[in-house]
Amino acid sequence: MNLTQGLYSSTIGKKILMAVTGIILFGFVVGHMLGNLQLYLGAEQLNAYADKLQSLGPLLWVIRAGLAFCVGVHVVAAVQLWLRNRASRPVRYRLFRPPEVDYAARTMMWSGPIILLFILYHLGHLTVGCLHHDFIRGDVYHNVVTTFRIWWVAGFYMLANLLLAVHLYHGLWSLFQTFGWDHPLFGRARRWIAIGFAVLIGAGNVSLPLAVLAGVVR
Amino acid sequence: MKLTLHVWRQKDARDPGGFKTYQLEDVTTHMSFLEMLDVLNQDLITAGEDPVAFDHDCREGVCGACGFVINGVAHGDQKGSTVCQLHMRHFADGDEVTIEPWRAKAFPVLRDLVVDRSAFDRILTAGGFISVRTGSAPEANSIPIPSEAAEHAMDFAECIGCGACVASCPNSAAMLFVGAKIAHLGLLPQGQPERERRALAMVEAMEREAFGSCTNYRACEAVCPKEISISGIARMNKDFRRALLSGSNRASGKRR
Amino acid sequence: MKLDARVPAGPLADKWMSLRDHLKLVSPANKRKRSIIVVGTGLAGGAAAASLGEMGYRVKAFCYQDSARRAHSIAAQGGINAAKNYQNDGDSVFRLFYDTIKGGDFRAREANVYRLAEVSNAIIDQCVAQGIPFAREYGGTLANRSFGGAQVSRTFYARGQTGQQLLLGAYSALNAQVAAGTVVVHPRTEMLDLVVVDGRARGIITRDMVSGAVECHVGDAVLLATGGYSNVYFLSTNAKGCNVTAVWRAHRRGAGFANPCFTQIHPTCIPQAGDYQSKLTLMSESLRNDGRVWVPIAEGDDRAPGDIPEAERDYYLERIYPAFGNLAPRDISSRAAKRMCDEGRGVGPGKRGVYLDFAEAIGRLGENVIRARYGNLFDMYERITGENPYRAPMRIYPAPHYTMGGLWVDYYLMSTIPGLFVLGEANFSDHGANRLGASALMQGLADGYFVAPYTLGEYLAGAKLEEVSPAHEACRATLHEVDQRTARLLGVRGSRTVDSFHRELGMLMLDRCGMSRTAEGLTEAIAAIGRLREAFWHEVKVPGAGAELNQELEKAGRVADHFELAELMCRDALARDESCGGHFREEHQTPDGEALRDDESFCNVTVWEHRGEGAEPAAHVESLEFETVQLAQRSYK
Repeated sequence: MNLTQGLYSSTIGKKILMAVTGIILFGFVVGHMLGNLQLYLGAEQLNAYADKLQSLGPLLWVIRAGLAFCVGVHVVAAVQLWLRNRASRPVRYRLFRPPEVDYAARTMMWSGPIILLFILYHLGHLTVGCLHHDFIRGDVYHNVVTTFRIWWVAGFYMLANLLLAVHLYHGLWSLFQTFGWDHPLFGRARRWIAIGFAVLIGAGNVSLPLAVLAGVVR
Repeated sequence: MKLTLHVWRQKDARDPGGFKTYQLEDVTTHMSFLEMLDVLNQDLITAGEDPVAFDHDCREGVCGACGFVINGVAHGDQKGSTVCQLHMRHFADGDEVTIEPWRAKAFPVLRDLVVDRSAFDRILTAGGFISVRTGSAPEANSIPIPSEAAEHAMDFAECIGCGACVASCPNSAAMLFVGAKIAHLGLLPQGQPERERRALAMVEAMEREAFGSCTNYRACEAVCPKEISISGIARMNKDFRRALLSGSNRASGKRR
Repeated sequence: MKLDARVPAGPLADKWMSLRDHLKLVSPANKRKRSIIVVGTGLAGGAAAASLGEMGYRVKAFCYQDSARRAHSIAAQGGINAAKNYQNDGDSVFRLFYDTIKGGDFRAREANVYRLAEVSNAIIDQCVAQGIPFAREYGGTLANRSFGGAQVSRTFYARGQTGQQLLLGAYSALNAQVAAGTVVVHPRTEMLDLVVVDGRARGIITRDMVSGAVECHVGDAVLLATGGYSNVYFLSTNAKGCNVTAVWRAHRRGAGFANPCFTQIHPTCIPQAGDYQSKLTLMSESLRNDGRVWVPIAEGDDRAPGDIPEAERDYYLERIYPAFGNLAPRDISSRAAKRMCDEGRGVGPGKRGVYLDFAEAIGRLGENVIRARYGNLFDMYERITGENPYRAPMRIYPAPHYTMGGLWVDYYLMSTIPGLFVLGEANFSDHGANRLGASALMQGLADGYFVAPYTLGEYLAGAKLEEVSPAHEACRATLHEVDQRTARLLGVRGSRTVDSFHRELGMLMLDRCGMSRTAEGLTEAIAAIGRLREAFWHEVKVPGAGAELNQELEKAGRVADHFELAELMCRDALARDESCGGHFREEHQTPDGEALRDDESFCNVTVWEHRGEGAEPAAHVESLEFETVQLAQRSYK
């Protein structure tokens, strides 16, 4: 078994691919959130930051392509694993009550697709603008604030980001397990690290529509 | 006490099978679950029906032969125990009890509650051993092993290979079983020379069977009669990754 | 029947090594052409199959379990002995040998037992190298405990699952050979007969327990490692599937059966709870290190144990055997418990039980120390009985556990049928009339790793073996007999279940041929077994068909063989008109109730020859010569 085979043909290899792409996407989510939190610093700051990103030019497209590739690998691996897992029990149990140890694990296969749909919507909504009712290219602050005043848009964002937090919580924890990072010194801490990041990211992201809705950010 | 049993009946691997319901009177609390089935079977035979086939042997919780799903839980609700160690005092008069075989594509049903777990043997055959010729071993005390390391290895070595981990995994994954063996041997100095080769070969063999993947649901750990920790899975993942990234991947699963 | 033990000449300590120096070898090219059949994949069979495969033979291994890893060796709790003397307490090969011979009440062959002690150390080396996680000292060296009345600490252990770990080790060695292509394992396959061609064992008839297909497998030699026959008692500590069929079928084909009446009743098992009971669970003997055994002094005392004051308790082992107390050997402890219950002083439901009390030890050492030592066992006890042994004393009672008797083998482990080797509990060779704790694992692995693989070569190199195929007349005839027998079992179509017959046989055997025996009881038993067997063949109900997974059919075949064995056990017990070890004839006891040997007449092995259906078996005798040890009265007082 060579490396490519090992990664592609085994379920553990696929999990490694998901973990690696997951880390990259996690890094993006953290950066994305930190960038967006500049909403609290006012229109000028946020729009300047957006300008700076736009000024990266071709590099921006390289990053975007990289992220898209990661999403692709992450999703394809997830779907393949899901199909294999479904096929692994052709006759179902009449009564199946496996101990409820990790609820988040069960949410991954539907939180994932919802998050993917959300990303597509989000791209059309706040990046391209085609799904926005009053999109002004370059004025990120305006685009965000005007749309989050619509309760159902804000609600959808909040819901999607809560799901993202749960997804990240389980993903992070799983990643430790997939990489075999299970040292006695931090074995127990892994769960708290995952929870900590999930809560921070969830709180940060959810706070934005909430703040607009509540009128804290105008 | 009286019980209503819903038992999976399937004549052979080709038969689609189905549930049958039996009423059982006079179940006493001291009986083990398997003894309760013994009593049912005696009744069935006397009544001219085929008895319920189920695997069992030592009835002391160590051979790993017995196991089926009781009311949705592998080995029943008693933590850290096999079916044979489950006693009827955990049930109440009038209970309905659903009994199903381990269900997994990798564990085809042979009859009633009997399943074929030979996939486990094939995985262990691929690499679940330390190669040492009979009579060629060095003096036993020549490699000191810290007591903690031996105990840690023992935590994984206790696996009885019953298959409850597969049966209760939503993905029918065999990770806990394979992880336990890899961790057991990988934690001991004797297991080091073949550590990467073993991980590759065993994972490769596992993937050839129809088991699912690990989604860290951790139901396996919760139902394991020996309460084996999923840290064994982490160790397997680590050994497998290291083996993939090191040169030993060229050796594949074949020995010599 | 010729009984030549073929014990090598020379001083006891040199016999094995000098024999090994001169054993014939099989060349590598010829090994590849030799096929060996190994039946049973426990410690003895698994180790032998693995070692033979590694040596280059083509091996077929068979077991009735769904995996070779589940053989009943797995249930051994306590440990494995070896003469390492790691504790510097004066142990040596000679001492281990002497303790084993004495423990067996001087009814085993000196040379075999010495060899067992001699190879014991290599077993530990081998197991450690295989990755068996034996308990360790903090310094990293191997830990030992003292076990079963030994005065040295020579028992190696892996928690309370030593048998499991050793078996998984042998199974892993077996797997390595399966991977290498030298061994093919046939699980869920039961041996139903032995094929003898020109007086040599050349194959076996098996039944695939899933499809029901009956087949003949041929080979150049057959190794039986199929364990003991305690399940003749129905309730025993053996696994439910343990049976005598392979051994018994070989016996019927000409293999002498030695000392069938030598059985061991283990003193510390959880008593029977009801008539639905399917097996008895052993609680490790190590419990007796801290537990005190007692019964009420008064007959029929129904008070709860806590309500019986100290002065009204009889700590009978401490009273009768002050030197060994609660650690008296198995046969002695078992018999004492039975005596107490016979006197009407038994406790618990059914009154067949005695207390094993930890109150004193908990008071002295604290509950935590006791929990650390025996936590697993206490949990197991509570799971089974629903009683908490930290609060109330455990109830224990002896249960059939091990059978020292078995097929007769010579020094080479070959039976009276050339080419048929018998290993482990299935043979009679090493434990005499009583087995010491932690010696069964030692013997199984000794035979499997270090004895049979060598001695088999001598046979193969010296024998002229014609090619035999499954189409051979003898194979076809034997297979036909097996088919007929199956048809006969299925054809009775009576009204009684197999289990009901087995239970009745078991009760009878436990009562008449168990912990104590009398000429009268045995004579009656022989007649009663005959009647029960008659009834079995007329009234048994075996549902289903032969060509399917049919657990009742499996059981029926085994019980039928157990009937025949039971009768032979009683005959043997009757013929052995002395008491020794686990064989206690009430007519022969010292004034204070101990076994009284008769070395004049019975310093020997009785070997039974099957002489056909309905005919009485013939008894042959191998007399035991003791060159090194002095026969002594076994005293543990």
